[in-house]
Amino acid sequence: MFTSFTLMSRSFRTHGFRTLAIASLMIAMPAYPQQSGASQAGSGQPDNAALLQKIRDLEDRVISLEGQVRLLKSQAAPAPSPATAAATATEAAAKAAPVSPTPVAPLSQAQAISLGGAGGSAAKALNPDISAIGDFIAVAGHNPVQPSPSLEMHESELGFQAIIDPYARGDFFLSFGEEGVNLEEGYITFTALPAGFVAKVGKMRSAFGKVNLMHNHVLPWVDRPLVTNSLVGGEDGLDDAGVSIERIIPAPKGIFVEATGQLFRGDSGGTEHPLFKASTKSDVSAVAHLRTYKDITEATNVDIGLSYARGHNDLGSNFLTQLYGIDATLRWKPLRRSIYHSFIGRGEFIWSQRQQLPFEQRAFGFYTSADYQLGRRWFLGGRYDHSDRSEFANLTDQGASAVLTYWPSEFSQVRGQYRFIHYAGNIDTHELLMQVQFSLGAHGAHPF
Amino acid sequence: MNAIQNSFRLFRPMRNSQAQISRRLKKPLKKSGMQIPRGLSPTRNDKANGPIGTSKLVPSPIWVQSRFFQRPVLILGLALWIVFSPAVAEAKKLNVVTSTTDMAALTQEVGGDKISVESIAKGYQDPHFVEAKPSFLLKLRQADLLISVGLQLEIGWLPPLITQSGNPKIQVGAPGYLDASQFAEILEIPTGTVTRAMGDVHPLGNPHYWLDPDNGRRIARGIAQKLGDMDPNDSAYFQQQFLDFDKRLSAAEQKWDQEMQPYHGRKVVTYHRSFPNFAKHFDLDVIGYVEPRPGIPPTPSHTIELIQLMKRESCKVVLVEPYFDLKTPQSIGQATGAQVIVYLPSVGGEKQVTNYFQLFDYDIALLIKAFNATK
Repeated sequence: MFTSFTLMSRSFRTHGFRTLAIASLMIAMPAYPQQSGASQAGSGQPDNAALLQKIRDLEDRVISLEGQVRLLKSQAAPAPSPATAAATATEAAAKAAPVSPTPVAPLSQAQAISLGGAGGSAAKALNPDISAIGDFIAVAGHNPVQPSPSLEMHESELGFQAIIDPYARGDFFLSFGEEGVNLEEGYITFTALPAGFVAKVGKMRSAFGKVNLMHNHVLPWVDRPLVTNSLVGGEDGLDDAGVSIERIIPAPKGIFVEATGQLFRGDSGGTEHPLFKASTKSDVSAVAHLRTYKDITEATNVDIGLSYARGHNDLGSNFLTQLYGIDATLRWKPLRRSIYHSFIGRGEFIWSQRQQLPFEQRAFGFYTSADYQLGRRWFLGGRYDHSDRSEFANLTDQGASAVLTYWPSEFSQVRGQYRFIHYAGNIDTHELLMQVQFSLGAHGAHPF
Repeated sequence: MNAIQNSFRLFRPMRNSQAQISRRLKKPLKKSGMQIPRGLSPTRNDKANGPIGTSKLVPSPIWVQSRFFQRPVLILGLALWIVFSPAVAEAKKLNVVTSTTDMAALTQEVGGDKISVESIAKGYQDPHFVEAKPSFLLKLRQADLLISVGLQLEIGWLPPLITQSGNPKIQVGAPGYLDASQFAEILEIPTGTVTRAMGDVHPLGNPHYWLDPDNGRRIARGIAQKLGDMDPNDSAYFQQQFLDFDKRLSAAEQKWDQEMQPYHGRKVVTYHRSFPNFAKHFDLDVIGYVEPRPGIPPTPSHTIELIQLMKRESCKVVLVEPYFDLKTPQSIGQATGAQVIVYLPSVGGEKQVTNYFQLFDYDIALLIKAFNATK
């Protein structure tokens, strides 16, 4: 009896001893009845079993307490109100007191004096996820049409992301050029709306096609396709302050259908050649997107989207620019070897209708791309570009790129891209783009 | 000039007063410095303007032509469809979605026929790298309860799914979100500073905690409690199911412990750090990993070190998760004479392993075979 007591107390001091204690007890047990009578065994065994059970129960309680402490420490979730936090903490302390008073007591004190939500060390735990992503680009080759600097810290993106309260989450992405800062995105997402709606309010990349939604660091290329640059506002793209509402629409046969409607102020696409420009308050722009998705097999899926955007261009309130887009993506990723091989084939086709003087310009452009994952760290891709220019639809540029990407780890990436462009007016350019990207901190995952 | 005139045929004259036109065109005229003939204006808001002589394409009344009429009808129809299509199908059973198959298996044990449960990830898939496919949103939007493994195992894919699901019930912090790690004993919690130089470390501890029957019991108890909270009418049923599971698990545990008894203290190498809870429960000694650091693929120098270590410690078993490439483990096996076995970290890793018990049955049988072969 005495030995089992010491065993018990010791087991609480250290984790490792816990199983040792149980194991040694179990090993000792079968030997016991052999040397003593059956009646003795009958009285001894229940004692041991009860003790073992007690040890197990206490062990379970310690583990559940550890879990609660971990949850309190780590939870990025909405902070419980101070009163309940204090209550649970003291409750936890009270529960823990007979078992191990040391680790939990200071925490309860910290909670008790907290003002306005969490205090002390817990406040740090409620900081948003902060991340920084560096994007360095080096370019070799001559391009008189769209010249790029030889070496450039192209973008440094800071991300702040957190759950705001039980009803919403917030995301901020600030992109720093070598000079100047730009709020790339900053919005609140209301996740708890009735009837399955999800709403966003703030500045955001609009849901026009695929590439427009992507931040620079998730592009499979160094640059953006020609059609983006010519028709959809360049690198900044359709990115504006406004309101977005989306909802999944029930469809048969496991087809995913999602509709998005967005209303923006009407300023998009940089300052030099803006895509949309609001000359008056009523010059708002609108974007609509319909996305359908279907799993063909567990490894293969198809994603097709229709997009429409409408806004006023830089000539004034009387001049509309309308964009129509179709995007299609085919993905393949075998689940058993998902970290080694995958394929993404993609195409986006965009029609632009721009009212200007002397007459409307109707331009068309597209890109198609394919990316294959060769191994865990290597990706090989290619892209074909074709696009008219929005203001001069009779001028057409064409291009082709080959891309090789290496990921030393999930958090850094080295990429080389050979880019050939045949500009309108018979200007051929050959360029080599090198890119290094690296990520610090906790950058939340991007939507699929 | 002729060309320009032709081009202007596209535009229709407006009835607006000259003043209006010039006011409207002030900006563009200034900007572009272009001259427009009076009475002409780019086509826009032409709904109010009567048909013009040049147009022969106006068979229908003006109001039907109107863009501003046609669009709202379409948009309104679409909006009505969107709003009134059912958001969540009414189901009598509690609809549970779990991130991994193990959580689904444990939920099934305690939920019995009063719930329906589905896992997002497959058992043979690397749970760190699941794609956040939209088809999963279809499951999540109808879920009453989402059970995650937690400890940032799913950080790369579950948060965007939850946000996009449009389902308030399963948002983090809502009653329908359950992080199962709170119930389990967690190992390898890093102390001191955590940096990415350590690889893809999980700052909150090793998330592969379910491969310990004791943790399985604790998780099941937590889930049973949660199901009871969500569906108080069946609370007693869930408790009964848990007690039944507990009994069966204890019996199985005894059997497993006995089977593994002769192999206590045996040394093994695993590919990823997904084995600590199993090793602790069954008293195995994990001396090294094929990955130099968690999430970093094997490097030649580390592989050589590992081979030397295995020879020194006479470790004869390499355990590989089903989603990793076998090339490096096999070359290690050849160099050291070790057995390379593909063990299952999760239910559903192989077709015949459909529940939590079979998972241990499978892995233990595999281990014993390997240990015996390399005595």
